Amino acid sequence: METGTKARFSPGRGWPAPRWLVVALPYAWLLAFFLLPFLIVLRIALSDTARALPPYAPHWTGWAEAWNFLQALDLESFATLVGDSLYLDAYLSSLRIAATATLIALLIAFPLAYAMASAPRRWQPALLILVILPFWTSFLIRVYAWMAILRPEGVLDALLRGLGLIDEPLGLMNTETAVLIGMVYSYLPFMVLPIYTSLERLDRSLLEAAADLGATPLRRFVSIVIPLARPGIYAGCFLVFVPAIGEFVIPDLLGGPETLMIGKVLWTEFFSNRDWPLASAVAILLLLILAVPLLAYQRFARKEAA
Amino acid sequence: MARKSLGNIRRSFAPWADPAAIPQVRFESVTKRFGDITAVSDLTLSLYPGEFHALLGPSGCGKTTLMRMLAGFETPDSGRILLDGQDLAGIPPHLRPTNMMFQSYALFPHMSVFDNIAFGLRQQGLAREAVAARVAEMLTLVKLEGFAGRRPDQLSGGQKQRVALARALARRPKVLLLDEPLGALDKKLREETQYELMDLQAELGLTFLMVTHDQDEAMAMADRISVMERGRIAQVGAPEEIYEMPANRYVAEFVGDINIFEGMVISVEGEIIRIDSAAGLLVLDDPAPGLATGEKASLALRPEKIDILTAEPEGPGNKAAGEIWDIGYLGDFTMVQVKLDGEAGQLVKVALPNRSRKTETPIAWDDRVWLSWDVEAGILLRG
Repeated sequence: METGTKARFSPGRGWPAPRWLVVALPYAWLLAFFLLPFLIVLRIALSDTARALPPYAPHWTGWAEAWNFLQALDLESFATLVGDSLYLDAYLSSLRIAATATLIALLIAFPLAYAMASAPRRWQPALLILVILPFWTSFLIRVYAWMAILRPEGVLDALLRGLGLIDEPLGLMNTETAVLIGMVYSYLPFMVLPIYTSLERLDRSLLEAAADLGATPLRRFVSIVIPLARPGIYAGCFLVFVPAIGEFVIPDLLGGPETLMIGKVLWTEFFSNRDWPLASAVAILLLLILAVPLLAYQRFARKEAA
Repeated sequence: MARKSLGNIRRSFAPWADPAAIPQVRFESVTKRFGDITAVSDLTLSLYPGEFHALLGPSGCGKTTLMRMLAGFETPDSGRILLDGQDLAGIPPHLRPTNMMFQSYALFPHMSVFDNIAFGLRQQGLAREAVAARVAEMLTLVKLEGFAGRRPDQLSGGQKQRVALARALARRPKVLLLDEPLGALDKKLREETQYELMDLQAELGLTFLMVTHDQDEAMAMADRISVMERGRIAQVGAPEEIYEMPANRYVAEFVGDINIFEGMVISVEGEIIRIDSAAGLLVLDDPAPGLATGEKASLALRPEKIDILTAEPEGPGNKAAGEIWDIGYLGDFTMVQVKLDGEAGQLVKVALPNRSRKTETPIAWDDRVWLSWDVEAGILLRG
């Protein structure tokens, strides 16, 4: 048995895979499923619209025409993005809504995660399942459910009216508030889980030590709990903010025509206006905007590790 | 206060023997239950100013719970805890004038050594310069000058221990609580730190309450030891009292090595007691008021108080014949096990000091030998 094991791992026999392959595989994956699609989108963004299939020009017609092809590419779509204030407004509005949703999710998730981490050990798996449970149902169906709740004379209105709290419908449907409710609801688990993980690892004797050294409960929270939960807070904010900023379904279904978000603009450009180059440019700019928090997070993670 | 003669049997520091002395800490009939388990049971204990007191016992004996009640992390179910005459009931941990050195050290991982030590001082609202001065003073005290900027994960185990100590001392607590302070250190470092802690305690004149399961640690460091058993104190006393005059079999067996000969009292003449045991007729000189003939009793004997002879000893005293069963060379002494003759064939531990480097051990496996010990060497354990 031992000689067999040795033979298997001896170099030069071809198996297991040579080291370069192990390193190359993830890169190959990134190349095939991230970089190549990105380049295709970039190429469309640099093209012009055309009444054709697919609806843009120029088309690649072989290496002989490569120079002409490259000359036909331009930054016209990006110029449109910068020139028309609609797009800037949409980006800013998306940033604002995503940031607000992230903040509200953090304010709800932190006490929730703290309560979960403080609960008796035997309860914690059940509490975790409760947090993850909504994922058993389709995201789309859950957003539709919110439509039923928020629409005029919907579940919420009926409930509050029944309790005698309101006379008029709240009129939440098709407002930014409805979008925020939908986003916070949908992304809350992504905020709760990382914060819970960092709080659950927090050594309780640190809190006792802080109390022993004269720290009031508030002081202990500010000086010990929050700093030590910071990796979880950052990860959670990141996991909520990034998908929220490009969100399409929630603003489309709950926000109505009034809510301006970049995901909706992209969808309209692509499907309604059939302006693929402009839609691609919107997508690329969104990616660049998202790269900012991503890089900031990476910087933080590296600093934490050091 | 007179400086204590550390490690010396003749102590000048013994306030517990003085009826006029006022205790600094008093546990009065303290009981603490966790569910069905009674961790501390109707316990009463006084600690005196400047005393180094050790709570000694196996895990689960309630020693840590008792300490945590003084720190305020647990609340007694009944009874009172007084500090300088003040009832501590209802006072949360952050308002108590005690500080604790945690077993895990519990250093704040996201703060530098400086900030860890400064943490307690900042809670007191001390000015920045005063904090810096006090931290520097503490770092000097624990010999960690130059480490102020380090993070806890950049420190060795011994250095962490010192930071934890400095942090707990920085606020000048009335009582310093030490939870297994040396438990995480290796043997060499433990001994060094032991003496440093004792010097520190004598220098600062603070009251120290230490929890430990290590009897050597308790014996070496403490002025008095409370040996605990299942939530109660089995015996309180100076280390030599605990060792030489254990109150019962539990204490005798928990602290140090001991041989126990069970038997029955056959005569009591003043303080001279004769016991009939499996090892033969044993004589000991130990006051035992009210002991009656026919009562069950044991003779407990420390291994170092026995001599091994190759011929039958003459004269009075105790003797027993047997053969060498095992010899364990431990460096400073050799632990010999002798199997006594007779049906029971009890194994008796004998500690032989290795006084010279070159003496050949006069005994070997399976040798026939005689054990001999003084009438005053044994301890009478009743029941």
